[in-house]
Amino acid sequence: MKTTQQLEKQLKRRSKAAKLEIFGRVISLTALLLIVAVVVAIIGFVASKGIATFTSNHVNLWDFLSGKKWNPGITDANGKPEVGALPMIVGSFLITILSAIVATPFAIGTAVFMNEISPNRGAKILQPVTELLVGIPSVVYGFIGLSVVVPTTRALFGGSGFGILSGTCVLFVMILPTVTSMSADALRAVPRYYREASLALGATQWQTIYKVVLRAATPGLMTAVVFGMARAFGEALAVQMVIGNAALMPNSLVSPSSTLTSVLTTGIGNTVMGSLQNNALWSLALVLLLMSLVFNLIIRLIGRKGRLQ
Amino acid sequence: MSKKRWVQGLVLVVLVALLGFAYQTRQVSHAGESITAVGSTALQPLVEAAGEQYTGEHLGTFINVQGGGTGTGLSQIQEGAVQIGNSDLFASEQKGIRASSLVDHRVAVVGITPIVNKKVGLTNLSTHQLIQVFTGQVTNWKQVGGANLPIVLINRAQGSGTRATFEQFGLNKHRSKTSQEQDSSGMVRSIVATTPGAISYVAFSYVDKTVQEISLNHVAPTENNVTTNKWKIWSYEHLYTKGQPTGLTKSFIAYVESPAIQNTLVRQLGYLSPNQMTVERTATGKVTRTGGA
Repeated sequence: MKTTQQLEKQLKRRSKAAKLEIFGRVISLTALLLIVAVVVAIIGFVASKGIATFTSNHVNLWDFLSGKKWNPGITDANGKPEVGALPMIVGSFLITILSAIVATPFAIGTAVFMNEISPNRGAKILQPVTELLVGIPSVVYGFIGLSVVVPTTRALFGGSGFGILSGTCVLFVMILPTVTSMSADALRAVPRYYREASLALGATQWQTIYKVVLRAATPGLMTAVVFGMARAFGEALAVQMVIGNAALMPNSLVSPSSTLTSVLTTGIGNTVMGSLQNNALWSLALVLLLMSLVFNLIIRLIGRKGRLQ
Repeated sequence: MSKKRWVQGLVLVVLVALLGFAYQTRQVSHAGESITAVGSTALQPLVEAAGEQYTGEHLGTFINVQGGGTGTGLSQIQEGAVQIGNSDLFASEQKGIRASSLVDHRVAVVGITPIVNKKVGLTNLSTHQLIQVFTGQVTNWKQVGGANLPIVLINRAQGSGTRATFEQFGLNKHRSKTSQEQDSSGMVRSIVATTPGAISYVAFSYVDKTVQEISLNHVAPTENNVTTNKWKIWSYEHLYTKGQPTGLTKSFIAYVESPAIQNTLVRQLGYLSPNQMTVERTATGKVTRTGGA
């Protein structure tokens, strides 16, 4: 009788391994919760500050998104503060889309060379070079942009050299390695037998790459491009150094303009917490955050669509 | 198993040692006194240098100096988050600040001068011409007697103390046209030096051979002209405290205001001492003669 009780107790007791497992679970759950809390806190903080422009300073949302004058310290003829964010939003999108358009062919070309045409040399030379490019800090890109790209643009196209064109040149180099390495991953994920089947049917290498590999890798390639765009959209320092930071609608690629990030970094130290000028900057940050979320959603959608195929 | 125990024991010992060390150092820095000064980047070099000298002479004290901009300095001091707020502006000039709760300590004077790219070929402008240039009424330097070059305006960021002072006293309260903005004086100087037709404004200490300074109405931007207010574009540099300062804050501010700093460090770093001024100016721009030094 006693022995069965003991046995029951012994069997019902948690083993050491089970305890360890619970311990591990608690630790990883805590890490997860912490990160979720941080993300929620950041979004909550930016949102509460950004929305204050519209709730406590009574700025019309439409005026904010469509206005072309950015002078938060000054009120216009109707007594409303001039907080038109359109020049910055347009600047951010222009520079993002242009740099993605320029970078994509180069990135896909490099990735094709690395994976399909010359995998050996690709792995030996191009891979390290791309990784090196990723590691260069953005202030270095900005400095090179300021001392090389801006004077060149000025000499070739006139104006002051500061503007969307210079920003595009700098961002193109900055997002190139990201897009390249992600495109290379996408190509690598295409099964080997696709290529073998295509070659066995008598297709040339070019036909195989163009008709089979690139088609099969399209969702991955698109993810790579959107990822590059997300990076370009959020880049602050390098862009700020070459774009000129003028809150004007860009009327040409070489006229000084501004992006959401460049206005944020130049302005935030000169405003007082809680004032309209400060809240307006937080609203810009909110727009930036929402756009990053949109980019993330697009990446997810593409990923899902790719899997369904 | 025993090896694992050893590792666990070692980790525990290291953790305890680190915690103990952290606790000890915390105690030490509390035993000594420390204050924090935050704000204007234009004033930062002076406060940093003075802080270093002060802590060298008064062991056990620590003066922590950070930049962040005039707006940051004033909002932090208003909230009482720091002991000193560094500002280029009178607190009443900054929107969103209740100036009545803050006490002003003027520790330096900074003269600001327009600078142009050397290719512009001008050394003098009238105030009227300067306003025309910055408000966009003229767009080419030949319209004001310079070379045939388009005018490229470069401003400091909105809310910057240098910009506020320049617009108030250089442009007679006219607002500059929206144009390129840069967030530091060093950046402004290098852009003006390399961009043909560029004009901007910086503190005297930033002027060097790469740019051309501009006289206004044939008054040269010199320290002597600032002390007599013949050169009108200058501003005080302020250390703000919330209420009257006490303890270390009080003695540090007295130290910065003392002749030992005013006659040496302030001058070496390219500022003027308020003691040199023969005039005094209020937040609203009213000037009174004081006789002075």
